[in-house]
Amino acid sequence: MAEKSIEINGLTKKYGQHVAVDNLTLSIDKGEIFGLLGPNGAGKSTTILMLLGLTEVDSGSVKVCGIDTTRHPLEVKRKVGYLPEDVGFYNDYTGLQNLLYVARLNNIPLEQAQKTALRTLAEVGLEEEMDKKVASYSRGMRQRLGLADVLIKNPEVIILDEPTLGLDPEGVKKFLQLIVELSRKKGITVLFSSHHLHQVQQLCDRVGIFVKGKLLAEGKISSLAEQLFSKNTFTLEGGITPMDENPNQASDSLEEVVNKMKRIKEVSLVEVDKDHFVVESKKDVSAELSRLIVNSGYGLAYLTKKKYGLDDIYHQYFQEEEKRI
Amino acid sequence: MKNKIFRRATSKLTAIKLPKGISHINSFSFFKNGNPVSDSSLAFSPFKAMVQKEITDHIRNWRFIILFALISLACMGTLFATLSDGMKVLVNDTTENNFFFLNLFTKSDGTLPAYFVFVGFLGPLFGISLGFDAISSEQNRGTLSRVLAQPIPRDSILNAKFLAGIIVISVMFFALSFLVLGAGLLALGIPPTAEEFMRIMVYTVLSIVYVSFWLNLSILFSVRFRQSATSALSGIAVWLFFTIFYPLIANLIIKGYEPSKYATPNAIYFYEKLKFYLVQIMPNELFDEITSAILVPSVRSLGPLTTEQMQGAIPSSLPLGQSILLVWPQFTGLLALTLLCFLFSYLLFMKREIRSRG
Repeated sequence: MAEKSIEINGLTKKYGQHVAVDNLTLSIDKGEIFGLLGPNGAGKSTTILMLLGLTEVDSGSVKVCGIDTTRHPLEVKRKVGYLPEDVGFYNDYTGLQNLLYVARLNNIPLEQAQKTALRTLAEVGLEEEMDKKVASYSRGMRQRLGLADVLIKNPEVIILDEPTLGLDPEGVKKFLQLIVELSRKKGITVLFSSHHLHQVQQLCDRVGIFVKGKLLAEGKISSLAEQLFSKNTFTLEGGITPMDENPNQASDSLEEVVNKMKRIKEVSLVEVDKDHFVVESKKDVSAELSRLIVNSGYGLAYLTKKKYGLDDIYHQYFQEEEKRI
Repeated sequence: MKNKIFRRATSKLTAIKLPKGISHINSFSFFKNGNPVSDSSLAFSPFKAMVQKEITDHIRNWRFIILFALISLACMGTLFATLSDGMKVLVNDTTENNFFFLNLFTKSDGTLPAYFVFVGFLGPLFGISLGFDAISSEQNRGTLSRVLAQPIPRDSILNAKFLAGIIVISVMFFALSFLVLGAGLLALGIPPTAEEFMRIMVYTVLSIVYVSFWLNLSILFSVRFRQSATSALSGIAVWLFFTIFYPLIANLIIKGYEPSKYATPNAIYFYEKLKFYLVQIMPNELFDEITSAILVPSVRSLGPLTTEQMQGAIPSSLPLGQSILLVWPQFTGLLALTLLCFLFSYLLFMKREIRSRG
């Protein structure tokens, strides 16, 4: 078993009567990208605050890199880079100065700090704007500066709390790519909290679904899907067009094609509605399917793979949660 | 030979290091240490960085510049008024004391209040303005959670804010005191005596303590209230309460106990004591007493005195040590109030949950 970066055991946090985090147990491996997914107010941020010792733990224990956060918060903060939701900078200072300040708070000697700062700024693509005041930065630039800010202390774990909030789609894409790249390159463990399903899906190795302080499900996205939609995980949708220009070529009737489709291994269900069909299968059969259709003398208008994504998982869990209440 | 090589090597080293040292632009560092950081200074280096940043922020801030200009103008104004018109009065006024330099701080010709009045009046404002948004602004800008995610003890942010405030205030007050001294030196043509100089220094230190009380109070409010405006207003409210409303209330209470003409000495003594103690919780009153005892050496007592106590006293001025002894309770009181404010802000801040914003 791989080394654990974060271990949470029976973590509970209450605000008066309201239970924000309820008996949470979770462990994250080293070098993993873990997505904490949940709606607003689910307790994601509170969990993160407890990971860093920024709020008191009511019961349970948190260990980051094997260090107890409640007892040795400083040691943990030395190893963890945290990008808060809606991060703030000193607007009167330039990006570089902001970074250098954080480096000095981390006790990095000045010369080394300068080198690291320049390198990290280059990594996040801010080297041209580093001498501008942060007040003039756009939202995306601030977020990237935040990432540089997290990386400058050379952390073992980075925790990102809703980092893509308020970024445009292109910015989100770039930002996520950057995170994946850096994590893979340096073997950094990433804890990523978000309520955006697709981003988590793109980015994370493992996902925890977090609703009302409880971890409802945890695991790889595909395994989550298997748990939920146990029968068929792959759905292919396609459209076929008859080849009118080649009437002399022998073509099978539509029913025959459907029968042939059913005979493909692992296919369990085929539905046809005029020239539109849906095939459900246990594994990816798109290659066989397309070959079959073309060989049968039809044209393939389109073929899309419908993978069960987090969207469906999310809704499924929410429905269950609502039913339970 | 070896020596020569070594020397050359070191000279090369410095030649390499020097331009680097010059080239790096770092606005935070006032007292940059060029030599590699040793282990002992390493532990304090984050704290030092924070204090440096806070001082830089204060000095660059318009709020500070405006207040500084205001206080300097007030001081200059009183100084010139005192020196031009009151010169002769000052020098001729040898009836009781011959502390010319102290007179510069306490006397005025009537057109403008004296220096000490300005310090007593603007000092609290200065303290409040330096501290009222110390924590709340960091919280609102979202920088607090970012800074606290770094490996620094949580209290060091409070300590750094406080220390930076104290340093800025000290520099300002010492500068002003020396300015007044220097102007007096030029105008009077005689140097201050050691006694006078020491009195002025003690006065400056005590006024820094006084302003640091207000600084701490406003930091407390800035920890307590999320809105900087609320915390500024609370600070000013406390200040107004103590300068205007509390004396009124104290007066009302005292009136109730006013003895008749024919009351016993005991009753009169009680009345005087009550009058004295009721105002002792006012920080500004404490500071006024400190000021008068330190800057006017002929002040022999701050509270009421009976005629028996006055018997045998020689009507002369007190030495500095005795004056300090006289204001020691007041000084302790001020310091205690300061520490209380600090303690409460500490208590509030250490257990606080740090969310990113709001």
